[in-house]
Amino acid sequence: MTAAVPSLFSAVSVDYRALAPVLIVFVGAMVGVLVGAFVPRARRHVIQLVLALVTLVAALLTLVLATVGHSAKTVGGSVVVDGPAMYLEGLLLVIAILAVLTFGERWGGYEADAFTPMGAATPGSPQEAAATRAGFTTSEVFPLALLATAGMMLFTSANDLITLFISLEVLSLPLYILTGLARRRRLLSQEASLKYFLLGAFSSAFLLFGSALLYGYAGTVDYKGIAAAIVAGGSAYEPLLLPGILLVLVGLLFKIGAAPFQMWTPDVYQGAPTPVTGFMAAGTKAAAFGAILRFGYVGIEAARWDWRWPVIVIAALTMVVGAVLSVTQTDMKRLLAYSSIAHAGFLLVGVLGFSKAGISGVLFYLTAYALSTVAAFAIVGMVRENGAEASHLSQWAGLGKKHPVVAGTFALLLLAFAGIPLTSGFTAKFAAFAPAVTSGGRAGIALVVLAVLCSAVTAFVYIRVIVLMYFTEVAPSEVEALMPSALTTVVVTFGAAATVILGVYPGPVLDLAANAAQFLR
Amino acid sequence: MTSPYVAVLIMVALGLAFAVVAVGLSAVIGPKTYNRAKLEAYECGIQPTPRAASGGRFPVKYYLPAMLFIIFDIESVFLYPFAVAFNQMGLFALIEMVLFIATVFVAYAYVWRRGGLEWD
Repeated sequence: MTAAVPSLFSAVSVDYRALAPVLIVFVGAMVGVLVGAFVPRARRHVIQLVLALVTLVAALLTLVLATVGHSAKTVGGSVVVDGPAMYLEGLLLVIAILAVLTFGERWGGYEADAFTPMGAATPGSPQEAAATRAGFTTSEVFPLALLATAGMMLFTSANDLITLFISLEVLSLPLYILTGLARRRRLLSQEASLKYFLLGAFSSAFLLFGSALLYGYAGTVDYKGIAAAIVAGGSAYEPLLLPGILLVLVGLLFKIGAAPFQMWTPDVYQGAPTPVTGFMAAGTKAAAFGAILRFGYVGIEAARWDWRWPVIVIAALTMVVGAVLSVTQTDMKRLLAYSSIAHAGFLLVGVLGFSKAGISGVLFYLTAYALSTVAAFAIVGMVRENGAEASHLSQWAGLGKKHPVVAGTFALLLLAFAGIPLTSGFTAKFAAFAPAVTSGGRAGIALVVLAVLCSAVTAFVYIRVIVLMYFTEVAPSEVEALMPSALTTVVVTFGAAATVILGVYPGPVLDLAANAAQFLR
Repeated sequence: MTSPYVAVLIMVALGLAFAVVAVGLSAVIGPKTYNRAKLEAYECGIQPTPRAASGGRFPVKYYLPAMLFIIFDIESVFLYPFAVAFNQMGLFALIEMVLFIATVFVAYAYVWRRGGLEWD
């Protein structure tokens, strides 16, 4: 007898066309793992590099040709591929392509790549030479980068708290490993990896705890359900709502490095291999802001008068901490880390615009910031003293005379970070701050005033670096900018070109962001 | 309830109180007796030695089998509900599960080829 069992489970429909870009990246990562398993050592590096690039370009083409214009809510409503998601997926794929190019840089054989061939080998030692001869290379960085990219892409389209958590872990775990793989300054790198892992796990716990409270409040983890529960009101579990929202936001704000959750940022940015830092700074920020926008605008928008104030305070604190502490930094990577904290604060001002213009402003800001950042970290990886990265600021003195092109490009990127007109930074700041002024109320105007003041402080920091590179007399030193191969050259050229084009002629990308700024609820 | 923030404050206060009370109570009422055995380094019940037997390094090889166990552990965790609900979901579930197991075996193949299963 087959008893009439009530059907508890039913197959969900999956819209493969909408999900294709993410799936392609996941499949590419799996193939990469198999390449790591079955291909002889000597050929792994080249194959992995080509495979990663082909995967990412294929995903980008699929996104542009097949997915765009095909907004969909799929997999039972837990994944939404809509305008902002597609825009950010495209941006993340571009970031990943640029990052993978810098990952593959080997300085024409003159230097090994940025990653350690063996966990315990010191640079230049006989053990390392033996490992290199035997063909040991850390070609696993490419599948790891692909997995992180896929996680980031999913993070921007997660439409319930479970998918949000899973994709957060998928993007974070590979980054923890990548952080610990620097070839030089191994201890610093491993310390960074451990710190990132422990604090990341801590913030994931916050996010999960918040999800549990929101589930208790709404009886569902779906954003739409949570939104409906807030609108309906009168829940017996009303007190769970705000703690839940704030705890989830803590988990998300940790990933963008907003104060007071920014402690890990300088250490991790400094310790990670420089190409990874560029990838992490640009990619994680874009993905996490995508998730914050969707959670804030779709899930908990109706309760925004309750959670607005903590976020306003956090945005103000983030800008001040990032700007003020960047003044005292003596290490280039730490300086850029504090600069990224300040940028996270500026982006939060855009999020608090609470309008369509706010969404498109944040999307545009992320584009401008990400492209400049990847190029800036690629240049940081080029400047060396005796083979090791010259990351101390004093080592950059006089670089403008020795390497005018490298120093000039870096100066351009710094001016963009500072928000000087005719660079992408100015357009981006304008796009992100304008909605906060028009629709953010009095708090929005106050935040924008503070943001402009903080921009002035960070501009001082960047211009000090430019003065250091060009107008400082120094004794001759061993600091050189290595001649990069085509890989890094492409990255720096693309980043610098984007910085200029988005500053001079931002129209098309602004239009694209404006058209994309509509969430599918 | 005047302000929704009261809930946040109550939660912060409860969390703080729990931590303070737990640590404080154990410090106050816990018995404190010290002797030589108690102050020694704890090494799973064996006599602590200044150096490990095999020349100063502790073998940590077991961490790989431990991690591999997790792969199969998670796999079986997902296989149980799949088996129970198979009748209701049909072919879709079968394809999904085959894809899932194939993905897990990618990790397994990697470990096998890269020597993760060899003890020495």
